[in-house]
Amino acid sequence: MIADVVVIGGGISGLSISFELTKKGVKDIVIVDKVFPGYGATNRCGAGIRAQWGLKSNCIMTKKSIERFKHLSEELGYDIEFRQGGYLILVHNEKQLEQFKKNIELQNSLGIPSRLITLDEAKEIVPYLDTSTIIAATFCPIDGHANPMKTVWAYVRALRMRGVRIEKFTEVKEVFIESGRVKGVGTNKGSIFAPVVVNAAGGWSQLVARLAKLELPVISERHQILVTEPVDHLFDCMVISFKTGLYIQQVPHGSLLGGISEPEEPGFNMESSWQFVKHFAKEATRILPILKNIRIVRQWAGLYNKTPDAQPILCESDEVQGFYLACGFSGHGFMVSPMTGEIIASLITKSEPPFDVSYFSTKRFKEGKLIVEPSVVG
Amino acid sequence: MKLECDTIICRCEDITYGEIIDAIDAGATTIDELKYVLRVSMGPCQGKGCLSIIRRILAERLGKRESEIELPKKRPPFMPVKFDAFLRMEGYDC
Repeated sequence: MIADVVVIGGGISGLSISFELTKKGVKDIVIVDKVFPGYGATNRCGAGIRAQWGLKSNCIMTKKSIERFKHLSEELGYDIEFRQGGYLILVHNEKQLEQFKKNIELQNSLGIPSRLITLDEAKEIVPYLDTSTIIAATFCPIDGHANPMKTVWAYVRALRMRGVRIEKFTEVKEVFIESGRVKGVGTNKGSIFAPVVVNAAGGWSQLVARLAKLELPVISERHQILVTEPVDHLFDCMVISFKTGLYIQQVPHGSLLGGISEPEEPGFNMESSWQFVKHFAKEATRILPILKNIRIVRQWAGLYNKTPDAQPILCESDEVQGFYLACGFSGHGFMVSPMTGEIIASLITKSEPPFDVSYFSTKRFKEGKLIVEPSVVG
Repeated sequence: MKLECDTIICRCEDITYGEIIDAIDAGATTIDELKYVLRVSMGPCQGKGCLSIIRRILAERLGKRESEIELPKKRPPFMPVKFDAFLRMEGYDC
């Protein structure tokens, strides 16, 4: 088989990259996924979308992504359930307050309408909030969420209509390289020859990179999540704490979707644990006591692919020409996916990227010039 | 038994035979994909009532044997449980 571009990984990043490539006139694209689109992380993710970040690059990338998400259902011809209910970030102490004040100043300077709010205002937005362990909150009304499973399906449908081949249950075993240039990939179902190969393999991106003799400074890490039975409308926004690592939101279906950070060893474990639910129950019912009588119906896990600075890797490899990297999203791949697509598609077609993306190359690791994002659920 | 387009297959999420057939014809080849696209078996019963029927529909439509269609992974807690129950777990410190 031959193609113009092979995209390894049919998660949200690979799908968005392929879609933007078709818009730039690239015709012969093959997406290979070792299971099926969305399987590894996208379908498992918390689906939150926020522009409240502590670094300019993340603010710009998410703000521009939100602009795209607004019209994505229309563009793809399928409802992805994008909603802008805002993100309410809990402020637990003075140290956090100082950081969030700086964040808001930065966000406002970039046109992001976030603001510091009082406990009374927070209770107006989330009437069930127990404010006894917080001193304030920040709120940004343009933040929100979309249904990741519907978004994957929307892209899959649109890409098939545009003639993109999506090969499921196709695992890349080899990356072909000749005199420093990528030539294609070998899979369990045969070889695909192409002058451009994109590594969008999410939690497995470092393993795919190794097939091209590249070492990426990323690790994979399990993050667990759960969903409750559908209940009456409680609140519209994401409630999130960077102190406890807790996040929870109510999706349009009525169920509550939430997770909490746990100490994890790097690895590829995607099993669930009762310790996670116990930990989540303790922290979540502390800030939202109404949850006590709501039932959890399902829990699962997915992989973060983390970089040391919690910023993604988006570039062409220095060592292997034609081999592009779109990985290390550190838990935020879904919310930045519209820009991931635009950035990688512009790098491949040698056109102007949507903004300065030079920081996202792997050079920063070699030069040791890391700028670490402070506002993450680690 | 003949299934009609409006026959409800997943009773928790009100998903019909016709919706399942449409998703298969749009490219879904696994029960997991049907779950993700339609929410079948994602309600309170977690598929206890519908998974075997969905497996048969998928096998028939794809011209495969039922045994060739993998069932989705079983995910805890297996039946709906209130958060309050987790707060009262004794002897399980973490």
